[in-house]
Order: sequence, then structure tokens, then C-alpha cells
Amino acid sequence: MNILLYILAMALTTYLIRVLPLTIFRKPIRSRYLRSVLYYVPYTCLTAMTFPAILSSTTSLVSGAAALAVAVFLAYRGKSLIVVALSSSAAVLAAEAVMRLAGLL
Amino acid sequence: MNMREYRLGVSHGLPVGMGYFSVSFGFGAMAVSQGLKVWEATLISLTNLTSAGQFAGLTVIVAGATILEMILTQLIINSRYALMSLALSQRMGQRIGVFPRILIAFFNTDEIFALAMARHEPLTVPYLLGLGTLPILGWTGGTLCGALAGSVLPVSIRNALGVMLYGMFIAIVVPPAKREREILAAVGLALVCSSLFAWLPVLQKVSAGISIVLCTLVSACICAAVFPVKEEAAV
Repeated sequence: MNILLYILAMALTTYLIRVLPLTIFRKPIRSRYLRSVLYYVPYTCLTAMTFPAILSSTTSLVSGAAALAVAVFLAYRGKSLIVVALSSSAAVLAAEAVMRLAGLL
Repeated sequence: MNMREYRLGVSHGLPVGMGYFSVSFGFGAMAVSQGLKVWEATLISLTNLTSAGQFAGLTVIVAGATILEMILTQLIINSRYALMSLALSQRMGQRIGVFPRILIAFFNTDEIFALAMARHEPLTVPYLLGLGTLPILGWTGGTLCGALAGSVLPVSIRNALGVMLYGMFIAIVVPPAKREREILAAVGLALVCSSLFAWLPVLQKVSAGISIVLCTLVSACICAAVFPVKEEAAV
């Protein structure tokens, strides 16, 4: 399928979600249940996308697990977005370098 | 246009722009390693300006799924922007007309929304446009650089860059989960749900885009029923 179609569908959907409430629906949502669902959506969505996909995103399960462990640890310690992201990246490099030295990769 | 307000917005958006550059570098590298062309990856970032949605969209594209699945995935994953736009709409008040809103809506990401809502002074159009300037440049430029570098970099470097997005997601989720047990429960449910989809033979047949949508909704709906948010707190 033409990739431009995908990109168009993606961009248009995302934009409409952002622009409609800002221009047309100026009243807040009344339903407490719906507001609650929307409140949890970012967290459940990011979690579902990250795990277990991060484990299979690198050459070896070990380096993916290292990235996960380092990121969770640093995020728990309250490190900034960029520090966490760069450190999980470094964890992959380090883990894969060690495995290559050990002849495991 | 009030240049002082615009410049103030730009300066407040600088850290977000820098953060976006490095994270989208990872997105660009990942997109290219999964078979997209450099311009395709860059166009996605320029027209979408959203990390989670693009990431899931990439999964849908690579899987060769239907357009309907793409729309559904984006609707669910980006539904939070509807809430943020609603909240931002209230903050902007009646003085700001429809045309500026059409522009500003494009820049309503999690981080820019957070900055806008944190401002004590009244929100102005130049300030909001200033806030969005560096983030969109950083996000698009970072994707371009990552995509260009991604095609020449060795696999180990590409792997390392590819996990940056995951790292960012973890950095967004863990601190609030540590603070609020309701969010921790939501994260726990989503973890269990996505693991089932990844490892149970029956559920493995479900495509990645749909399984993300299902996990997101099922966990959020259960949590909303068990732990409804306090009035006025749901943003």
C-alpha cells in the first residue's frame, strides 16, 4: 500500500483529535467515567507499547532487558526524560559490547 | 505580533526542543532500520509531532495493516490530546479566535501542553506559537538526522538509538506510577495485558496495532471503573 496514504491517515487523525476540542467542543466532558478512562490512557498506552516490545527491539534479549532495567531504575530516581533515554541507549551498547567480548553475540 | 511574547515562548520551549531532537533521532534511526525511506520518516515527524502515535503508526506501516487500523490506533493512542485540547481551550478563554486555535492545535503535545498550563500569566497566541517553534524543528530535524545516520550506522548503534523512545516512555510513566497507586495499577494491568498478547499463542495472531489499542482501552476502562478520578482532576 502507498505509504503516503498511511502518513496522511495518521497525520489527519492526530490533527483532528487536537483541533476539534480546541475549536468546536469548548465545553468540558461531563461523564466522570469517560474522563477517568482518558486520564489513564497515556499510562496504559505507553506501557503497552514499551513492554514487552523493548525486549525484542535489540539484537539480544539481554541488551533489551538491560535497557529496560536501566530506564526503570533512573526514572524511579526521578531523572529527566533525556537522561533516562540516553542511559537506556548506553545500556544497550554496553551490554552488546560485553556479550561480543564474551563471544555470546 | 507581540515579539516579546513570542521570544519568551521560544525560550521556554528550548529544553523541550532539545529533548525532542535526541528522542526523534532514535525514531528516525528505527524507522529506517525497519525499511522506511529517509524522507518518509521525516514527513511523518513533520506532520504528526507525537512520539507514541508515530511509534505505533510505524508498527502499523511495517505490518502492512489496513488504513482503518491506522486510524483506530491513532484515535485510541492520541485520544489524550482531546482532553488536553479541551483543557487548553478553557485556559485560552474567549479572546483567542478560531484561526489561531487551528494553528496552535497542531503543537499540542504532552510537553507543550504541560508548559502552557503551567504559565501563570494569561496565554497569548504569540507565546503559544513560540512554545511550539523549537519543538517542531527539533522533532523533525532529529528524525531527519537519525534517519540519515541510521542507514550508515552499524547495527549495535542503531539498536541503542532505537531504545531511546522506549526510554522516554518509561521516563514519562514511572514517576507518576511511583506517586499514585491508581496509575501504578493501570501500568500493572497494561503490563499483564500486553504480555498476554505477546506470549499467548492464541493472542499472538492479533496484529501489533490492534493489541496496543486493546491493551490501552481494557486497562484504562478497568482502572476508571475501580479508581474513578476526583472531580476536576482528570487532565
